[in-house]
Amino acid sequence: MYLTGYTKTARQRREKAALLLIRSLAGLVLTVLAAILVYILVCGLPTVNWSFLTSFPQNAMTSGGILPAIVGTFGLAVGSMAISLPLGFGAAIYLSDYAKPGHLVNAIRLGVSNLAGVPSVVFGLFGLSLFVTTFGFGRSLLSGCLTLGLLTLPTVTASAEEALRQTPLSFREAALALGANRWQAVRQVILPAALPGMLTGAILALGRAAGETAPIMLTAVTAYSPILPDSIFNEVMALSTHVYVLATNGNNILQTRPQQFGTSLVLLALVLSLSLVAVIIRAKLRRGRKW
Amino acid sequence: MATDFPVSSDPSPPAASKPRGPLKAFALRPRLSPAEKGSRLFFLVCAILAMGQMLLIMIFLFREAGGLFFDRPDSAGQSILAFLFDQDWYPTYSEPSFGALSLIAGSLAVTFFSSLLAAPLGISLALYLACVAGNRTRELVKPAVELLAAVPSVVLGLIGMVVVAPFLQNVLGLSTGLNLLNASLILAIMATPTVASLGEDALSAVPRDIQDASYALGATRWETIWQVTTPAALGGLATAVILGLGRALGETMVVLMVAGGAAQVPNSLFDAVRPLTSTLAAEMGETAVGGRHYQALFALGVVLFLMTLTFNVLALYLSKRWRRRR
Repeated sequence: MYLTGYTKTARQRREKAALLLIRSLAGLVLTVLAAILVYILVCGLPTVNWSFLTSFPQNAMTSGGILPAIVGTFGLAVGSMAISLPLGFGAAIYLSDYAKPGHLVNAIRLGVSNLAGVPSVVFGLFGLSLFVTTFGFGRSLLSGCLTLGLLTLPTVTASAEEALRQTPLSFREAALALGANRWQAVRQVILPAALPGMLTGAILALGRAAGETAPIMLTAVTAYSPILPDSIFNEVMALSTHVYVLATNGNNILQTRPQQFGTSLVLLALVLSLSLVAVIIRAKLRRGRKW
Repeated sequence: MATDFPVSSDPSPPAASKPRGPLKAFALRPRLSPAEKGSRLFFLVCAILAMGQMLLIMIFLFREAGGLFFDRPDSAGQSILAFLFDQDWYPTYSEPSFGALSLIAGSLAVTFFSSLLAAPLGISLALYLACVAGNRTRELVKPAVELLAAVPSVVLGLIGMVVVAPFLQNVLGLSTGLNLLNASLILAIMATPTVASLGEDALSAVPRDIQDASYALGATRWETIWQVTTPAALGGLATAVILGLGRALGETMVVLMVAGGAAQVPNSLFDAVRPLTSTLAAEMGETAVGGRHYQALFALGVVLFLMTLTFNVLALYLSKRWRRRR
């Protein structure tokens, strides 16, 4: 075509402009996100030291450390995994290896995928009504763990099922051909192959549980605790709610900015390092997969 | 992938062995070992629990909320219409009023305005990752975006209070920077990685060959992206945006910290709002279990639950329809 001399430059100009726009918008987003991380790091770093991590809050939480909040967040996150890992892995194994396709499986899938979108504060209401009030556990570590466990259950189930489905059918056929029954095939062949993938999802869920605020505000957390919890029926402090309480309540909001940023940094480091571990495991898995 | 591989039986007894009794056909049915039976039962129970949770949540929300709409000895029941369409939320007055319209409007407003930013930014980032960036850049940036989706919302709320609020206050000359605009900005930052990550999945799932065909016809990269890849992934992109919206709608801490907290239907971007989620988190600590206020908060929870459920079902429907067409 003879007209291309003109049209081509117009097209090329449009091409350049469009790609530049996409690149710069993507760059803008990444810059903003990176700036937030750097800001928290810079503001939080001066506060975080060994005694901040290992001492109790003092003077109406205007000084001192965040030990009870670290212990509380740790307890809540690990406790919630104790609920959601067995249940989620079990449900995933049922869906991938035991269930025959049908209404029941469809209903379970539909329930799981819809639960993943239910807001965390609604889980908080549910936990308040069921565990705190009906079961009479009160506002406690136990209620918080149960609530967070149910909150993370859909994520754990969905990612575990995904990992199980990625193990090839031939593994199952080979195990059965050797005379294994289904349970033996699952336990000795399929689970070992799928476990790293399942754990990746679980670690991501653990990070999410550690960062959650609203559900534990309703079910487990107290603003200030002078002692470490010694039973699962104690109220606890948590990193996320500690930031919220310091930043919004009382007369010392400006005075406690360093503590707010310090606590945020600890929380962020915890959550991001957990997620980072998961991302690295997954990348290794993809590269090293033999099937 | 087929999941129903045949159940293996114990080695069946040879024909010469002792007959098992009158019902010989039973010998042909697989006899399941206790481990097999037990594991099957356990996994089934797990799966049913995982699903039944949805029902449990609904039962408990509706049970606690229902009381608001019935008469009691000390107070008359709220009418459902007044609850949904009355603007006055004065739960602690001596003559309390439970009108949720301002709160619903607040939730919808922050969701809408945050999506105005999060949808284009998220999709741009998705396009960049899926179609523009080189392999090595993508390998680095995609995990980074996923990491950023995990930033706890309370941290973003703190940024909104300490950085964005004073900025808005000074630049725009407002009395306070804690308002609809601030909440929308922070929610957009929160939802963008979600939209980008899901959108990138949708774009990457577009078959390679139709893009190659487009290049073979002489299309440039942008023409291929705009006229081939994006239309093919449209359902997935819409799903990504809706799920991002759902995340903004259900987000609690950000709006609790930066939206200002005034229960009013907003007139401008600079008005303070009080979305459903922040009302729940802020007021639940001060109510008596079983009281009118407590029930009204659960009723707000029901409204929120139904709104997010609508978003989810819509997203599910879109992604399914889109998949069928391919």
